[in-house]
Amino acid sequence: MTPPADSAAAQTLPQLLRLNAQRFAERPALREKEFGIWQSFTWAQFYERVRHFSLGLRELGLAEGDRVAILGDNRPEWIITELAVQAAGAVSMGVYQDSVAEELQFLMEFSAARFLVAEDQEQVDKILEVREHLPHLEHVIYYDSRGLGNYGEELLRSFPDVEALGKASALDDFEDRVEAGQASDLAILSTTSGTTGKPKLAMLTHGNMLSMARTLQATDPMTSNDDFVSYLPLAWIGEQMTAVSAGLLVGFAINFPEEPETVQIDISEIGPTTMFAPPRIWENMVSEIQVKIEDTSWLKRRVYDWAMSTGYEAADRGLSGEGLPGGLRFQRFLAEWLCFQWIKDKYGLRRMRRAYTGGAALGPDIFRFFHALGVNLKQIYGQTEVAGISVAHRDDAIKFETVGQPLDGTEIRIGDDGEILARGPSVFIGYYENTEATAETLQEGWLHSGDAGYFDDDGHLVVIDRKKDVMTLGDGTRFSPQFIENKLKFSPYVREAVVFGGGDYDFITALVTIDYANAGKWAEKRQLPYTTFTDLSQKLEIYGLVRDHVDETNAVLPESARICRFLLLHKELDADDAELTRTRKVRRGFVAERYRELVTALYGSNESVAVQSEINYQDGSTAMVETQLTITTLDHHASRGSSD
Amino acid sequence: MTAPLSTAPERGGPLLKIDSLSLSFGGVKALRDVGLTVRDGEIFAIIGPNGAGKTSLLNSVSGLYRPQEGRIDFTTADGSVVDLRRLRPHQIARLGVARSFQNIELFGHMTVLDNLMLGRHVHMKGNVLSCALYWGAQRREEIRHREVVEQVIDFLEIEDLRHQNVGTLAYGLQKRVELGRALCIDPRLLLLDEPMAGMNVEEKEDMARFILDINEEWGSTVVLIEHDMGVVMDISDSVCVLDFGAVIGHGSPEEVAQNEAVVHAYLGDPE
Repeated sequence: MTPPADSAAAQTLPQLLRLNAQRFAERPALREKEFGIWQSFTWAQFYERVRHFSLGLRELGLAEGDRVAILGDNRPEWIITELAVQAAGAVSMGVYQDSVAEELQFLMEFSAARFLVAEDQEQVDKILEVREHLPHLEHVIYYDSRGLGNYGEELLRSFPDVEALGKASALDDFEDRVEAGQASDLAILSTTSGTTGKPKLAMLTHGNMLSMARTLQATDPMTSNDDFVSYLPLAWIGEQMTAVSAGLLVGFAINFPEEPETVQIDISEIGPTTMFAPPRIWENMVSEIQVKIEDTSWLKRRVYDWAMSTGYEAADRGLSGEGLPGGLRFQRFLAEWLCFQWIKDKYGLRRMRRAYTGGAALGPDIFRFFHALGVNLKQIYGQTEVAGISVAHRDDAIKFETVGQPLDGTEIRIGDDGEILARGPSVFIGYYENTEATAETLQEGWLHSGDAGYFDDDGHLVVIDRKKDVMTLGDGTRFSPQFIENKLKFSPYVREAVVFGGGDYDFITALVTIDYANAGKWAEKRQLPYTTFTDLSQKLEIYGLVRDHVDETNAVLPESARICRFLLLHKELDADDAELTRTRKVRRGFVAERYRELVTALYGSNESVAVQSEINYQDGSTAMVETQLTITTLDHHASRGSSD
Repeated sequence: MTAPLSTAPERGGPLLKIDSLSLSFGGVKALRDVGLTVRDGEIFAIIGPNGAGKTSLLNSVSGLYRPQEGRIDFTTADGSVVDLRRLRPHQIARLGVARSFQNIELFGHMTVLDNLMLGRHVHMKGNVLSCALYWGAQRREEIRHREVVEQVIDFLEIEDLRHQNVGTLAYGLQKRVELGRALCIDPRLLLLDEPMAGMNVEEKEDMARFILDINEEWGSTVVLIEHDMGVVMDISDSVCVLDFGAVIGHGSPEEVAQNEAVVHAYLGDPE
């Protein structure tokens, strides 16, 4: 029963944890801000808690191969549960904490999970709402007891109670179970973001998770002195990859914010050195910085403008491999000192050595922005089915329009129809209880990503878009709606954009949702009164604001890809309405279907379209409200129309 | 999770017993011969039309007004009974009687944290000199108080507002901070004067949940004045109705809703 001497020999995540408990024993493993203070657990304590909770679960009847669902915000208990479950030879399944009861029900039913570990009253209420449909469910374990004292439900148990149960347990084979774990054992069921249909559960083994972490580590080495803040959903593969797989492999400290509302303060306190976030987070940061600069004093704005132009110039030169001339180098230093370091400090980016974006395409403009600030932001490409990552930018080879080069050990090729295919040790073993989807996705060891792409001359992978979304324009060129959408989303006043075109449509149109906070602020500054989102979105001034940005976007697009007509949607796209996935990607097909009348109107000739919407009042009553949405036709299209 | 700060004696005994209480301002009789009993551990609502004397009653309990006649018997933590009418406001606060006000009475230019620390003031022992030195016992005491304040912050879910000035917060959040300050006194009896006035439905729901949780988890007895009948009927164990300074009905929410005198006071004479 000798433990592996170094991380290379570990086959499973619990084995890595055990190793870390030996080699890093008294160093901090997890930190959580509670009662205003960062409280640390050492690796040794972390391992003890996993041991107790694991044994406690087994005392409650957890068997090898069981599925245990975890539902809650990022807390130490989340990761403790995951590892305790795996240490017992069972499988953990993260559920997005903002899931509604029906989504939870679907996942619980489908996985036939007997255990649910839920954070608090809010989450417990969700499961109790649907429990009658879940005959398999036996135990619900919560770790925030607030408000749950008088529930009196037999299946409810508190986390410390289960830990105490494990501590007092007579079972003495915890170590043996950890030791017996093999790379081929199932580690997690990961819900795929599913921009179409019901979520699927990807089965990932310990081998998948670890090989991915090892190749990432070989490409971009991290050390146990790195700091990482875990605040994105742990049900998301990206967070699993960084916080769990890479975290255990490297042994860096994982920090948990106090509350979702305090994330920004907590990040700036920790000053993480590594970070992985989806485009949405980076886009929000850019919007916020831009809006705050708008709001600041004249002098600061001038300094910022000058610093950014210097930053852009330096970033462009640096990335194209040209050296910086002495003068520019000095200016860049001055810009950093006067401006950038303060902005970065606010957003916790000051100590950042490597920042990654992935999960969807990030617009090149946003990329350039961060490099101008001096943040080493890199694109990675992957999906749940390869345990998160297969392609990444290298430090010395960052190109905004590509997602980088394949990681060592991962083969990437382009299929006959332009689809990106991947093969390697981190490719998953299939979807849970869904042989049909597995057969479609996994063919002879190759993972069919569903993304269209190609390799450029430097061997960088370029991802165009989802294969089925790529449009063929009037003049025969193939074009990615996502590319146009990302251009539109660079404006701080645009939250989401859904572009239509190709096929039966002979020109390009867009549904745009405004960013309520930023557009609202803009309106307030101009003393433009508004009441609700719908009201604000239909203001002529807001249309003008967005139209200017659409014009700017059109100026850099090829003629056939220019947006001709657009409208501002009367509501925000919402994951609760299934318009976005839980990772905030637009479900294009669903949106097109739901707003079919609006899309038809965009291709008609009217200047407005009526939309019926259901309003939920705060007291629970609902009413149908009809709104007229304005459609803006851009000049180039209007003139084309008249010359026809 | 937050440990209850108070260990309540056996539940259900009288915590506050008001007997033949009368208060007048010159010729105006604000309270006439009011008698009621608040049992330990309950949520007790006082309702009544405007000018009925509800706030005067709370002010009498917390020592801001001096009623001319009657008794306000309060059972202290050690089981002895004192007449609050003889005590000054800060002495009453030290016994564990805390309150919030109808109009927010916070320090707008101070942070949430400072306002809450102020709530601990009645329990602080230091003097000007020891506080200035901030060393040894004084320092430990400050840390101990900060711990209590942090538990309240955690409980009310205002972690993100800790260092914000109260004046910049939305009204509903200011109300929550004011409740927090009352909680910092470590109350056995919490007097809330219209905690939900001016709130929207969502904020009211939050506040109702906080009141229930305070009662359930901290064991505080709550006396509240509230106009929203929906809230009163939902969360209170007992209701007392005042009109023109006199008690015209009391009992469980259902009993009070059936009481003819109460219906009469609220809706007037049928034509």
